[in-house]
Amino acid sequence: MSVVFDRPKALNDVLMHYCPGCTHGIVHRLVAEAIDELGVEDKTVGIAPVGCAVFAYNYFACDMIEAAHGRAPAVATGVKRTHPDLVVFTYQGDGDLAAIGTAETVHSATRGENITVIFINNCIYGMTGGQMAPTTLPGQVTTTTPYGRTPKIQGNPVRICEMLSTLDGVAYAARVSVDTPANVRTAKKAILKGFRNQIEKKGFSIIEVLSSCPTNWGLSPVEALAWLRENMIPYYPLGTYKDIDAVGGDAK
Amino acid sequence: MAKVLMKGNEAIAEAAIASGCLYYFGYPITPQTEISEYMAKRMPKVGGLCLQAESEIAAINMVLGASASGTRAMTSSSSPGISLKSEGISYLVGSDLPAVVVNVQRGGPGLGGIQPSQADYYQATKAYGHGDMHLIVLAPSTVQEMASLTGEAFDLADIYRTPVIILADGAVGQMMEPVDFSERRRREIPPKTWATCGHGGGRKHNIVNSLLMNPEDLENSIHDRFERYRKIEAEEVKYEEYMTEDADVVVVAFGIAARICKSAVAAVRAEGIRAGLLRPITLWPFPSARILELASTAKSFLSVELSMGQMVTDVKLACECRRPVEFYGRTGGVLPEPADVARKLAEMARKHI
Repeated sequence: MSVVFDRPKALNDVLMHYCPGCTHGIVHRLVAEAIDELGVEDKTVGIAPVGCAVFAYNYFACDMIEAAHGRAPAVATGVKRTHPDLVVFTYQGDGDLAAIGTAETVHSATRGENITVIFINNCIYGMTGGQMAPTTLPGQVTTTTPYGRTPKIQGNPVRICEMLSTLDGVAYAARVSVDTPANVRTAKKAILKGFRNQIEKKGFSIIEVLSSCPTNWGLSPVEALAWLRENMIPYYPLGTYKDIDAVGGDAK
Repeated sequence: MAKVLMKGNEAIAEAAIASGCLYYFGYPITPQTEISEYMAKRMPKVGGLCLQAESEIAAINMVLGASASGTRAMTSSSSPGISLKSEGISYLVGSDLPAVVVNVQRGGPGLGGIQPSQADYYQATKAYGHGDMHLIVLAPSTVQEMASLTGEAFDLADIYRTPVIILADGAVGQMMEPVDFSERRRREIPPKTWATCGHGGGRKHNIVNSLLMNPEDLENSIHDRFERYRKIEAEEVKYEEYMTEDADVVVVAFGIAARICKSAVAAVRAEGIRAGLLRPITLWPFPSARILELASTAKSFLSVELSMGQMVTDVKLACECRRPVEFYGRTGGVLPEPADVARKLAEMARKHI
């Protein structure tokens, strides 16, 4: 009997703490598959965020650093600049990357740090129990927007890929989703490209992954994926926003 | 190597490079910007990197990344910028990472001023970040010490896996004096087997982390760290003494204040007042044991600081209430004159003898 599907080598055989239906597990797997396929686990250093993925340092089999909230790109800069031959990635949620760590995100991007950033956007703060994120949609109910996010009061959501695609240091900015098998396959290709770009010293790559949070959205896992499709994708269109390999290097 | 005439800030930068620190991450702020400028000029010539970060917060986290992957790295700032770095300093401590952080102090609170100050003593020795923690704090008082203590700081940081603070001030940072870079003992550094620099297929993955969700685990890790602190307290206390042997009144002062006090002690000695000076070089660990010894012969102590009086509390604690401890200081960037300190010493001589 031949094995056709197995745990990627770059993922440790440990119990994950993620909630049922949470898509962090899928994205962890895609990152680990990319590391395996490129054969770089032995020289990869991952930076875990503060947020739901805080324990990612236990899950990935490569060397891992746990950064302060939002500071992963600065920590990654310190690792990569002192060890240019390592493969360095950050794995960050929307609060980490797009609120408290926005300065670190924007400046590591514009400096063209040769790192790979995996950005999980699920429109909510999961670990602290469902508060408003910088990416929470207008009208979306969270524990700190109990009457729905009202842009006049709580401001507007931030579209990170669109924003970063204007920066010269960015080699690749793509938004993908893991709501369907087809989208998971596209996400995998984008993540692989993000890592390959780094190995080829092309500069900053960010892959924004639209993800679900059934627990804090108050939906079943299946309903959550439908909610993602119906509400998030219209506001956060999928696609490649910048690719220096494409003609002109522009968004599609 | 011959002595060279240098600014204190530049001496720190050159000493860091001489100590094998080839990575500097900083953000400009007066009165320490010369460190960044010197690094920017020198690093490319020695195969290193000086990177100007977008903020103090980013700079300290770049140091954290560099240090986590096993590399000597440094950042520097002045008081308001150090407040921003305090988050990263706490994470460095929690992750048991070596680092050298320079604070060329200016007046505070808030934006304060840009003239010399020692008002960050409490911050440096008691509260550089959240949590149960200490930092080794070194206080240079000459340009030569700016250099030699920087080299020492890197060694201490690596030996004890802790951030080390060089608590300088705008006066020592800006003044020019001759400095000799060969004047330093080098210590044995343990291998950094904990570093996250790629497992290379030869070991289990390393994790650099300050999070321990189980209270007992966190308590145990803090106890381990405090074991190291006890060793630092036992082995790394440094101070200088001047005419303390027969002193009736012992001045305790560090950094630029100690130099002013030395002149004052010499002046009042000429008038027959038996004064002496104890200059802590390590502010943490504090030379409490030596102060307690001196309390058996001296009749009183005077803490002189460029602040409203912060180290004075440590002098009082060290004395264990056996002798009166008084304070004299100027703050906001004002330097006391030796004559001011001499007057205070004369007054104390009349009162306590």
